[in-house]
Amino acid sequence: MPTDIRAEIIKQIRRPAHWLLLAVALVLTLTFAYLIPYLGLSGRTEGPGSARGLDAMLPAEFVGSTVAGTPVFLGALAVIFGVLVAGSEYGWQTWKTVFTQAPSRPRVFAAKVVVTAAGTLLLVVTLLAAGAAASAAVAGLQDAPLDWPSPGELLTGAAAGWLITTMWAMLGVFLSVALRGVALPIGLGLVWLLAVQNLLSAVAAPLLDWIADLQRALPGPNAGSLVAALGAPEGAPGVSALTGAGHATLVLAAYLVGFTLLSGWLLHRRDIT
Amino acid sequence: MGGMNSPVETTALTKRYGDLTAVDQLDLTVRAGEVYGFLGPNGAGKTTTLRMLLGLIRPTSGSIRLLGRDPGAGHLDRVGALIEGPSFYPHLSGRDNLRALACHAGVGASRVHTVLQIAGLTDRAKDRYNTYSLGMKQRLGLAAALLKDPELLILDEPTNGLDPAGMADIRATIRRLADDGRTVLLSSHLLGEVQQICDRVGMISDGRLVAELSVSELASAGLRIVASPLTEAHECLGALVGADHVHSDGEALYLDAPGDAAARINAELVHSGLAVHELRVREPDLEQTFLELTGGGRRAD
Ligand SMILES: Nc1ncnc2c1ncn2[C@@H]1O[C@H](COP(=O)(O)OP(=O)(O)OP(=O)(O)O)[C@@H](O)[C@H]1O
Ligand SMILES: [Mg+2]
Repeated sequence: MPTDIRAEIIKQIRRPAHWLLLAVALVLTLTFAYLIPYLGLSGRTEGPGSARGLDAMLPAEFVGSTVAGTPVFLGALAVIFGVLVAGSEYGWQTWKTVFTQAPSRPRVFAAKVVVTAAGTLLLVVTLLAAGAAASAAVAGLQDAPLDWPSPGELLTGAAAGWLITTMWAMLGVFLSVALRGVALPIGLGLVWLLAVQNLLSAVAAPLLDWIADLQRALPGPNAGSLVAALGAPEGAPGVSALTGAGHATLVLAAYLVGFTLLSGWLLHRRDIT
Repeated sequence: MGGMNSPVETTALTKRYGDLTAVDQLDLTVRAGEVYGFLGPNGAGKTTTLRMLLGLIRPTSGSIRLLGRDPGAGHLDRVGALIEGPSFYPHLSGRDNLRALACHAGVGASRVHTVLQIAGLTDRAKDRYNTYSLGMKQRLGLAAALLKDPELLILDEPTNGLDPAGMADIRATIRRLADDGRTVLLSSHLLGEVQQICDRVGMISDGRLVAELSVSELASAGLRIVASPLTEAHECLGALVGADHVHSDGEALYLDAPGDAAARINAELVHSGLAVHELRVREPDLEQTFLELTGGGRRAD
């Protein structure tokens, strides 16, 4: 198992696509959490929402502002990451190469899960570091005090961001194992995250009660609720306090475990052709 | 108990895909130390059989023993394989590909260096896999198959797509590996290839093993001689090798004799004052045998 993890690290670490995803996540987060709100802030002076807008950019709020993207666009990037980690083995037909060297599929799969989770941890830590730096810059520019969140808040935020992005990445892994490829899983994953989730919450849930109830069990709304509880600005895509943080954490963890077990089982059961 | 003497043993091995029986009640036995050629036309079931041996696909029924072990944990510890063309990580170098696979296989990094040398890839080991030529990819596949220093090598059409020099190169490598005492099970649809490097051949058609032959058995060569006058040449040769061993079709004489007898027979005919227009060693009739046994070779799918 440790050597399988080493193998997986060799495969993933040199992959330009992963680093590109990380760069995109970084740029999008900084742009939408800091750059655009900041430009909007200096554009219109003393408007009604501007004090609240500035608060969200200051160090005290950086955790919530940074993880605010995980219910939708960071989630989408995490899905792509998961698909690339697992689905490429189908695309390149490398499963057969791997499984003739190491015939234990559960072991190989477990190594993949570990490395996927390490990748999303790296993502979340990088984003938090960048968010902290950006918020410090905003504070400096606005002569605001550098009030940092407590270590406990920081750790909770990091853990929540990690849980959410890993859950999405495992959705990507699951889709790629189920569909044995790369292109279709990415397409379907993105349609779910970027279109269906929106339609459900904006169009369907207000019309039908049972869909509104269903929302409480879906991964996206629970991710939105969890980051809302951590101070992500309501109004960011997908962020809204539909359920409590405890409920959201449980549901997200259940999806994470479910996707993982289901993918592992499918990979173990099926022929490698 | 074929156990250790039969590194590969299958009993009534069967794989069905819906209505199609890809492998049908196959009893295959490969003996220790031999190079066994698994010969059959496209779609005969070669790859399916080898994938089942390696645990990549599950048999519908039947049983498998590799190196005396039932499928399960550790049954591929001393088995190396190359299935249906090489497949590697395109963004990694040849060496990094092997390093990753060595980690999966649980073998030391020093082995990577060794197999690169055996495969003749050391010079290009640090180049990315997607810059490799087909021949280099194939050799990397062979290198990966050797990582575990296997007792048994399972190679699916290892020379597929290579030019003649590349083929000769890979065949020589395989032959060398076999001479080191490894057992090799190799699939091919090339008769000449199987004849060159195999000790025994199993012919598969429509998922069934239709014949098993030793290559030396098949390789008894004959001579085809055109000489005039033909009847006198016939008598002369009859006296020389025995009348039973000479046949005439009216144009040429066919002689059961080893190829290295050609010079002596030529001298004998010339000495008797006959004109020898043509004398040639006939290729062993593997092709004919193959086509007869497989009913023309192609299945209707
Ligand atoms: N996954 C699959 N689903 C359905 N049919 C399959 C599958 N894999 C193989 N077959 C069928 O099984 C038969 C045997 O295929 P196989 O790949 O084993 O042939 P082969 O002897 O390796 O041929 P080739 O020389 O072309 O490589 C073929 O008819 C093929 O179409
Ligand atoms: Mg084949």
